[in-house]
Amino acid sequence: MSAVVSLRDVHKRFGQVEVLRGVTLDIAAGEVVAVIGRSGSGKSTALRCINRLEVIQSGTIEVCGHAVHDPALDLRVLRQDVGMVFQSYNLFPHLTVAENITLAPRRVKRTPRAEARSLAEEALARVGLSDKIDAYPEQLSGGQQQRVAIARSLAMHPKVMLFDEVTSALDPHLTGEVLKVMEGLARGGMTMIVVTHEMGFARRVADRVIFMHTGLVWETGPGQMLAAPQTPELKDFLAADL
Amino acid sequence: MGSFTLNHVLYLLQGAAWTVVLTALAFLLGGVAGFGVMVLRTSRSRIVRRASLLWVQAIQGTPLLILLFVVYFGLGVVGIELPPLLAAAVSLMVYSSAFLGEIWRGCVEAVPRTQTEAAECLALSRWQVLFDVVLPQAARIAVPPTVGFFVQVLKNTSLASVVGFVELTRASQVINNSLFQPFLVFGLAGCLYFALCYPLSRWSRRLERKLNVGRRQPA
Repeated sequence: MSAVVSLRDVHKRFGQVEVLRGVTLDIAAGEVVAVIGRSGSGKSTALRCINRLEVIQSGTIEVCGHAVHDPALDLRVLRQDVGMVFQSYNLFPHLTVAENITLAPRRVKRTPRAEARSLAEEALARVGLSDKIDAYPEQLSGGQQQRVAIARSLAMHPKVMLFDEVTSALDPHLTGEVLKVMEGLARGGMTMIVVTHEMGFARRVADRVIFMHTGLVWETGPGQMLAAPQTPELKDFLAADL
Repeated sequence: MGSFTLNHVLYLLQGAAWTVVLTALAFLLGGVAGFGVMVLRTSRSRIVRRASLLWVQAIQGTPLLILLFVVYFGLGVVGIELPPLLAAAVSLMVYSSAFLGEIWRGCVEAVPRTQTEAAECLALSRWQVLFDVVLPQAARIAVPPTVGFFVQVLKNTSLASVVGFVELTRASQVINNSLFQPFLVFGLAGCLYFALCYPLSRWSRRLERKLNVGRRQPA
């Protein structure tokens, strides 16, 4: 089993606060991993370290053969392999849905305009928003915006997708449509790391659940582990969640 | 002592035209330099940020009149003699670069950091992020304060009269020296300045209102 994402003893500090205190983790190709934990447990930070939105202090991170911990790494090469979706969607408000999706393929990969357009159509079809291709982000609901953000990421054909609490800003009835899209991706074989509060999604879709606590991987196992937590911390966390 | 004639009016209008030319030059040159200052002020390198801040503070803490003297008389002493128009334009460029650089830095930083992050995560380069994602959003915010600043610049071009450049203020001085009708002559000059500035101010205010409406209720 070859790991696509591999963290070894990763430490990350913000000033005096040590947010990651030695995280070690391997994720295989095609694996869907849900990362859960309280806020402040380091789960989002760990995710952001994987595509170097945060720089780590020690340890190593390898992603698709790129040494992320190496300061000399060309970030643009890394980020062509790693897609990321954020809690706040972060669509570009001055661009249409199509332009949001085609910007990176056209600028980074020099995809011709017409080809980029069909790339956008294809990506939008995957998230079920083909009819919104010429809309502006502000004309879409939160759930639709988040699906466009996923399509935007998909259009770069990443090998790994990172999801950072992508449904946390959504109403419950909009959460479902985004989770459905993610479930479709997971079934399609995408390697996904999903930081989430959606225990149902973690249980149902994830191949593996990782519970983080105080900057460490505290407990890990298949989705069923949520039904039978081994550590008191996970038990507490799950109890508080319900 | 003579009387005020049409020729005097034409002379004043000609001066006003040179005021507009000087303002336009300041806008073009100052815009380019100000863009450079903005890029340096938002650099990732702390040294570059500090150095450009020093430039901004030095210029902002110096009267425009002194800048004019340094460029016109100072450079003259070391053998670089600039014609008055060019000396005034260079001074205004230096002056505008500091203020525009800071105005635009503020606008660039007002674009949420998450926009930059999202663009970087799509593998865009620093310049692509700037030109495709940040600047189009910053420009919207930047127009009203930029126009407002150029109302100030237009009025400040009057200082160019001290290096002998015949713009509106200098033209009115010349006329007054022969007619000794300061109320009439300078009053007219004031009206001409107002006629130039007022539409700009109005425009700036309208742009600001438009921007605020856009924020309150997205189209």
